[in-house]
Amino acid sequence: MEENFKVIENYLMVRMPEEVDHHKSVYISKVADDYIMKEGVGNVVFDFEDTRFMDSSGIGIIIGRYKKISYFGGKVFAINTDTRIKRTLMICGLHKVIEIME
Amino acid sequence: METKNNTVLRNEMEMTFDAVSVNEAFARVAVAAFVTPLNPTMEEISDIKTAVSEAVTNAIIHGYDSELWQEDNREEKNQVYLRCTIEEDVLEVEIKDTGKGIEDIDQAMEPLFTTRPELDRSGMGFAFMEAFMDNLEVESKPGYGTSVLMKKKLGTTSWIWQEE
Repeated sequence: MEENFKVIENYLMVRMPEEVDHHKSVYISKVADDYIMKEGVGNVVFDFEDTRFMDSSGIGIIIGRYKKISYFGGKVFAINTDTRIKRTLMICGLHKVIEIME
Repeated sequence: METKNNTVLRNEMEMTFDAVSVNEAFARVAVAAFVTPLNPTMEEISDIKTAVSEAVTNAIIHGYDSELWQEDNREEKNQVYLRCTIEEDVLEVEIKDTGKGIEDIDQAMEPLFTTRPELDRSGMGFAFMEAFMDNLEVESKPGYGTSVLMKKKLGTTSWIWQEE
């Protein structure tokens, strides 16, 4: 699953799985944090292209990473979000703190 | 299962499974499959799957305090009970655990409130259940467990995906 994480310049790209739930979120958060610490990346991009299901665990992943990198002025992006995922993010007001791109 | 003109009038199923995180996906897919005779829309299926996922996740990580590393070497057998009923066009889902229970239900249901911030929990579980289902009732007794009862009437949303 490590191939779903890639560092491009100052951005950590995370390819989200088809289903984002508690079972998957623990691993994603842990590996993303390892990359943020080791590679010292400033920004994180979550790519939802493959994602067809997401519950509040996905919100937890994003908020957790946001707290870590925003402290140093970094930004969080959510890209390729379908209508459903965009709605889920907006219910939590995340569009106010991260960039959401379809 | 009673049927009339091939439409389901009443149907019920129940299952009990181990409180391990792989079963979150199993539970929501099982409920989604159970409602298919009602011809739900994609959006209704997503709503139901999200709500079930939230309730089962709560039972596992809060009810039983489980973490991934504990799941392989548990001493006691923790289980989650799930019951679904279809009556006409209403789906009722009950998800129950016999874990530690909730001290203050009102506080637990507040958006963003979580007792496990270290696990990256967002505190949005109950808020999602309320947002995606029509009715939510939570009963809990500290030391005995928690039961979540959710209802949703199907066929109320448009068949065509509405852009917001």
